[in-house]
Amino acid sequence: MPDATGLELLAGELRDADPDCVLDTLYFRDKARIAIRPDRVREVLQFLRGKGFTFLASVHGLDYYPEEPRLGVQYELLNMHDVDRITVTLRVPIDAPEVPSVTPDWPTANHQEREIFDMFGVIFTGHPDLRRILMPEDYEGHPQRRDFPIGGEPVLFTHQQAHGVDYTVGVDRIHPGSRTPS
Amino acid sequence: MSSVSEYRQSEQAVDVAEAGGIVAQTLTEWGGDEELLTINLGPHHPATHGVLRLLTTLEGEVIRDIKPIIGYVHTGIEKTAEQKSYWKVIPVIERMDYLAYYFNAMAYCGAVETLLELEVPKRAQYLRVIHLELCRIMSHMVWLGTSALDVGAMSLLFYCFRERDNILDLFEMSSGQRMHTRYIQVGGVMEDIPKGFEEKCRAFCKRMPKAADDFNALLTRNEIFLNRMRNVTPLDEKTLLELGVTGPLLRAAGNPWDLRKAQPYSSYDDFDFKIPVGTKGDNWDRYAVRWAEIYESVKIIEQALDGLPEGPHIADDRKVVLPPRHELATSMEALIHHFKLVTEGFRVPPGEVYYPIEGPRGEYGCFVRSDGSSKPARVHMRDPSFVNLQALAPMVRDSYLADLIATLAMLDPILGGIDR
Repeated sequence: MPDATGLELLAGELRDADPDCVLDTLYFRDKARIAIRPDRVREVLQFLRGKGFTFLASVHGLDYYPEEPRLGVQYELLNMHDVDRITVTLRVPIDAPEVPSVTPDWPTANHQEREIFDMFGVIFTGHPDLRRILMPEDYEGHPQRRDFPIGGEPVLFTHQQAHGVDYTVGVDRIHPGSRTPS
Repeated sequence: MSSVSEYRQSEQAVDVAEAGGIVAQTLTEWGGDEELLTINLGPHHPATHGVLRLLTTLEGEVIRDIKPIIGYVHTGIEKTAEQKSYWKVIPVIERMDYLAYYFNAMAYCGAVETLLELEVPKRAQYLRVIHLELCRIMSHMVWLGTSALDVGAMSLLFYCFRERDNILDLFEMSSGQRMHTRYIQVGGVMEDIPKGFEEKCRAFCKRMPKAADDFNALLTRNEIFLNRMRNVTPLDEKTLLELGVTGPLLRAAGNPWDLRKAQPYSSYDDFDFKIPVGTKGDNWDRYAVRWAEIYESVKIIEQALDGLPEGPHIADDRKVVLPPRHELATSMEALIHHFKLVTEGFRVPPGEVYYPIEGPRGEYGCFVRSDGSSKPARVHMRDPSFVNLQALAPMVRDSYLADLIATLAMLDPILGGIDR
């Protein structure tokens, strides 16, 4: 792991190259994290690749509701040679959730950025194929956001359609089996 | 009524081919002679190992492009986990990759323990290792049986599932469940292993290498199997690393990356084992690496049973771990702790943690964000099947359709983990 000093040295080098790209550094539970400006993500990741972090292990999104800026994207980088890990984090506001895509540099980010787009609505500019990946194409909303309600996904069965029965059981109509007999 | 038919209509109106230009994007300047044909493989095809749909563009019998379409078994487990207190998340998270339930639970519990700065007793670490390695063999047995079935070797499925059942018997002994055992807890494991478990486990460890010898003899002397494995769909190490591929697929290409050695967790550095690697990264290497891993896992289990230390099977932190059952009748404090843990759960200090472990398919990394309450604010599993699936297209491009089936079998995707 880059220890707390190593993290500050890395952040210092990043600041030398671009004075306002690093927003914050955090050393938490023996793990280095570096918070950056969203529009510099490609440059920062390329810089860290030059430092030996050549493997992008994971990209994941999260929602800091109700804090602002709400949406976060995190990149887990791995240095296989020295067995080091570092997390690059960034946060974007919900009304302009745009982050440059790193897929051109790191092909592994393709599916993972699509998942973050699907689940949180972060738009990765420059992504070659930004579509929903887990939810249906015509789905509305981004279900992993913290203010997205749970429950009530309607399920349509053919027999209900044939008999013209409402299929939204559980949303606004109680299932007959769960009614208490009078 | 009207809403029903409207829904059907809107469903029919979705043109998958036009929704983002799925079909054969890379082929816009196709210069070949033959006409291209785009077909669906799946979602309900037995050789897709789950509900996976592959939009395949063929020129004759040769694959020119392939697009995996996933999400058919998406169940929103990560969303569900945010609604539950920390210890209640374990059962749902085990159902992500349904052949590697111990690994899912281990990655999640490891992340929570890191946030809590909780020390896991040595005996619990060894018990975890025993069950993780048993689970790895179990997962490889399902992989081997179904893969052999895909290439036409029917009988191996029954032999593999016989060995798998022996492992499930062991799981049933230690936890009462055969699948999704919920055995690994935050702080340790649920219960100590019962009397008779060790003998049964040792008997299994004695038999398993012989069984693996038999499986290998059945396959490697078989010309059909060899022809479908050797030099089929190789992919080099550099491309695999760019695509984020980990686990046996990466080791088959010659990169000995294994988190059990590189970043030992749960006392893996106490054990003596080797990491099988391949040379070419073709289907044969993918098969051989997993097959050789079975022997190494058996070795780890035997060493863990030999060196199993005495001591508690779970951490002694009453704010996190349930008190022992017998204390409830005599200690008021234990009763209060039990009540608080069961109703509210424990609170975890705020922070974000990513905890990676080595599973049967690669790196299972669990990301947990805590906001200080008794429910996680975000749980994300970096599932290796989800990332490894991206390597399918570069592997099978310009090879025969029949090789796709063999390659997909060697890729070993678990759709429960991909869709989560």
